[in-house]
Amino acid sequence: MQAVKYARAADIDDAIRLLAEGGDKARILAGGTDLIVQARERKRDVDLFVDVKHVAEFMSLEYDDSSGLTVGAATPLYELYGDKTVQEKYPALVDASTVIGGKAIQGRASLGGNLGNSSPAGDSLPAMIALGGIATVAGPNGSREVSVAEFCTGPGRNVLESGELIVSINFPAVSDSEGAAWQRFIPRNEMDIAVASAGTWIKLDGKVVADARIALGAVAATPLVATGAAEALIGNELTDEVISNAGDAASSIASPITDMRGSVKQRTHLAKVLTERTIRDALDRINSQ
Amino acid sequence: MVATDKPKYKIIGTRPARPDGVDKVTGRAQYGADLKLEGLIYGAVLRSPHAHAIIKSIDTTKAEALPGVHAVATNADFPGSSNTTEILEPGKANERWAADNILAGPKALYHGHGVAAVAADDMHIAQDALALIEVEYEILPPVVDVQDAMQDGSPILHSGLRTGVRAAGVDTKSDIETNLASHMRLERGDVEEGFKEADITVEREFTSSQFHQGYIEPQNAAAWWSMDGRLSVWTSTQGAFSARDATADILKIPVSDIKVTPMEIGGGFGGKIPIYLEPIAAVLSKKSNRPVKMWMEREAVFQATGPTASSYSKVKIGVTREGKITAAYCTFAMGAGAFPGSPVGAGVQCALAPYAIENQVVDGLDVVLNTPKTAAYRAPGAPATEYAVESVLDEIAEQLDMDPIDLRLANVAEEGDRNSSGTPWPKIGAKEVLEAMKSHPHYLSEIQGEDVGRGIAVGFWFNGGMESSSSARVNKDGSIALIMGSTDIGGTRASIPMQMAETLGVTYEQIAPQVTDTDSVGYTAVTGGSRTTFAGGWVAYELGQMIKSEMKERAAKIWDVDSGSISYTDDGEIVGPNDKDGNEQKFSFNELAGKLQSTGGLIAVSASSSHTTQGAAYGGHIVDLKVDRDTGKVEILRYTAVQDVGTAIHPSYVEGQIQGGVAQGIGMALNEEYYYDDDGHLMNGSFLDYRIPVANDLPMLDVELVEVPNPGHPYGVRGVGEVPIVPPQPTIRNAMYDAIGVRFYHNPMSPRRVLDELL
Repeated sequence: MQAVKYARAADIDDAIRLLAEGGDKARILAGGTDLIVQARERKRDVDLFVDVKHVAEFMSLEYDDSSGLTVGAATPLYELYGDKTVQEKYPALVDASTVIGGKAIQGRASLGGNLGNSSPAGDSLPAMIALGGIATVAGPNGSREVSVAEFCTGPGRNVLESGELIVSINFPAVSDSEGAAWQRFIPRNEMDIAVASAGTWIKLDGKVVADARIALGAVAATPLVATGAAEALIGNELTDEVISNAGDAASSIASPITDMRGSVKQRTHLAKVLTERTIRDALDRINSQ
Repeated sequence: MVATDKPKYKIIGTRPARPDGVDKVTGRAQYGADLKLEGLIYGAVLRSPHAHAIIKSIDTTKAEALPGVHAVATNADFPGSSNTTEILEPGKANERWAADNILAGPKALYHGHGVAAVAADDMHIAQDALALIEVEYEILPPVVDVQDAMQDGSPILHSGLRTGVRAAGVDTKSDIETNLASHMRLERGDVEEGFKEADITVEREFTSSQFHQGYIEPQNAAAWWSMDGRLSVWTSTQGAFSARDATADILKIPVSDIKVTPMEIGGGFGGKIPIYLEPIAAVLSKKSNRPVKMWMEREAVFQATGPTASSYSKVKIGVTREGKITAAYCTFAMGAGAFPGSPVGAGVQCALAPYAIENQVVDGLDVVLNTPKTAAYRAPGAPATEYAVESVLDEIAEQLDMDPIDLRLANVAEEGDRNSSGTPWPKIGAKEVLEAMKSHPHYLSEIQGEDVGRGIAVGFWFNGGMESSSSARVNKDGSIALIMGSTDIGGTRASIPMQMAETLGVTYEQIAPQVTDTDSVGYTAVTGGSRTTFAGGWVAYELGQMIKSEMKERAAKIWDVDSGSISYTDDGEIVGPNDKDGNEQKFSFNELAGKLQSTGGLIAVSASSSHTTQGAAYGGHIVDLKVDRDTGKVEILRYTAVQDVGTAIHPSYVEGQIQGGVAQGIGMALNEEYYYDDDGHLMNGSFLDYRIPVANDLPMLDVELVEVPNPGHPYGVRGVGEVPIVPPQPTIRNAMYDAIGVRFYHNPMSPRRVLDELL
């Protein structure tokens, strides 16, 4: 490792300026649980770390009934899943954020970091997509909004332009007729990377699904939005057959690889299993409200 | 605890705290990575990105020119390096291979094989320097699978290698290039006749992946080759003396010129018997005139230190309708990694050891592969061979509609029965273990639930004897310094002093144990083979007897009586005949210690001994598990390990050894494996992707100690650490069948493989 520079951003504009000055080898530092490891192992060439953990917008955690939940890009996961409102209204975020790394990692890691790292196996991504997450991105040319569903473009790649950074992620307000859940499959019970994962959000009208979003992780080069699986639910009651159809639709769009973590056959199958399980979890959550 | 005629002990069987415990949990214990020396510089190793390649040239010029770099080393710096693949005489080949494994000779033979090394002011400069070393490779096709490596047309690792034969009547094509390094055979009786007597014969084939020992502390070593020619080495090792001797062999310097100081060790399981960094650090130190410290990153540990062998097994067993085994024919092939020397020899001898079988042939094949050279791993060789045998027996029990424990009891080896080598067993506890399993509440309990199953299997390991040395000094207050040559990987700084305290009738606390360097105690073989509490205990007992004898002499001098009239009690009292006035004459141990200096000086004794009476040991395991048919994941619901431990010197540490072995065995059964891509690259060289079980993957592992004392030890000690890793693979495999009706023939039975069977 070479000598590196560290800069603490005073505000969003300062972070943008520092990032611009640092050029290609400047990176935003949130929790550092991916970035510092990558730099230390010489898998990423970084010579300036721009720390945004001292800027309020990056560390926010706010909810109101009109604008929903806003999570700063560097807000640590333990704050997120420790928050009563999040536990009550966004349990799918708790599902995902409590299994990323271990306790020590969760003290530093963040949704924004998980999104910025853009791993196809990023645990929180399908949960964020299912919940309709919208990222606020800032850069030299001003601010814009990007849905989490459209954020990733390939393994480790995303829509951020040079000099842009993620400020926060917003999730729409939820009602009692909505429920969501996230699950992953790992061979161990913790300290593992998803072989496959799925996030489901459903909104019921009576017993009929009025709206749904389903997302898959680790079964393609990016997290996938399983539109067909959601469509299989919408307008229907959640019978075993309907849920199974959604599972089939989910696995039909999986295009995984075989590697040391899982095989094509296994991951394609798990896309169905996890989709079905998260639909049932989401329904249970609505019914228990 | 099941006890049979257990002698009454005062210290043995109690559970005192280990003397190294506080330092370890408070972070004060000194591991190799903690070592600081004046002028220390840091070494790092460049590793091959290819699994199989000719090294055409290595140019270190740019690395040497980098400011802060002090020295560069390659295989050419090891004396006798010939850069040749010519056939060598066996002894010379071994030395050559040992050096070539540390830094590659003419070829890089596995992904991560060391190619060159540098020493620099700090580790960052050293790593920058590695990037400046230019290596020209000619890439060759690799072979990483045991069966592939034995096929005609397979890539050949060593052009000079010819099959060595260690059995009569075995045909080999010994004039051609091969990866089959040796073929051994054990044979008894007449298998053909035996199979004719069988009513049922079952033959199955099995494979298993490579498993790593998974010790938490990576390999490390520091060396200081001073200008007077003396080489000092500090290292994390299971054997300071073996590390010293291996370093001397590679550097071709006298053994007496090397002092090895063993540091605290963060796990070994056999993997810290070979040396990897010591000769490199020594060469770099000699070239730089500075002490050099090195350590491996985790990825290098996985890539370049010994995993255990991958295996292919074929087992055929014939039985009568009553369940009596009439014949067994087994073939075991094991991948040695890049150089010959898999643990197949030990595996062959263990395969059928739990049973008395008159007619048997057991073949062992040692095969080289483009993978790291295998090292010992807890009962090396035995888990793979016994997995195959125990799995076949489960299928036989099912065909006979017989309880699987009853089938084993019908064939169990007992005192006087002959093992595969033809040697009669002394008193062993195999039958007692099976009986304890059969009456265990776990085995008697009902199992319920969908996709839930139960399995059992047994396991055997010889245990080792070998040479151990210690010295002891009695201080004036009665405290005793006990200096040991055995590095402590499993609580032997408790278990050995406990045996000395028992011998002398003193307290455990008054014995201060210490592991020392190779200049300060007699030769001691490695801490391995479950031998240390056995052999170290023998020496402690002998030292105790020497101290007792000397204490009696001193008392005789004080009382002016014949020492033969003095007795030494179990409480450590030295009792003489009554004096002229009829008064009792006696000293406590500590009282007499206070008079040693005035009667000839404090007592200092030393002993080296080598006993071959180590007791073989058996374990039997029972598991209940549940299979998730949707994901292929297995949940261990209940696990019981029954084991003959001879005498449990320190029951907590015995239980800990057994639980640790079971945990590792469960890892092998369910998730652990080396994963190579098509080019022979190891793809999962991290604890993230090489999945050892984490704490919440396992339930409490219950242990049932059976004590059948070893008649060849003063306190009945049998080794305990290795047996428990043997049964888990077949135990779980047999339970999987009970749960979901699928027979598996490969370990690990990872979720991926389970789904492959179910989908």
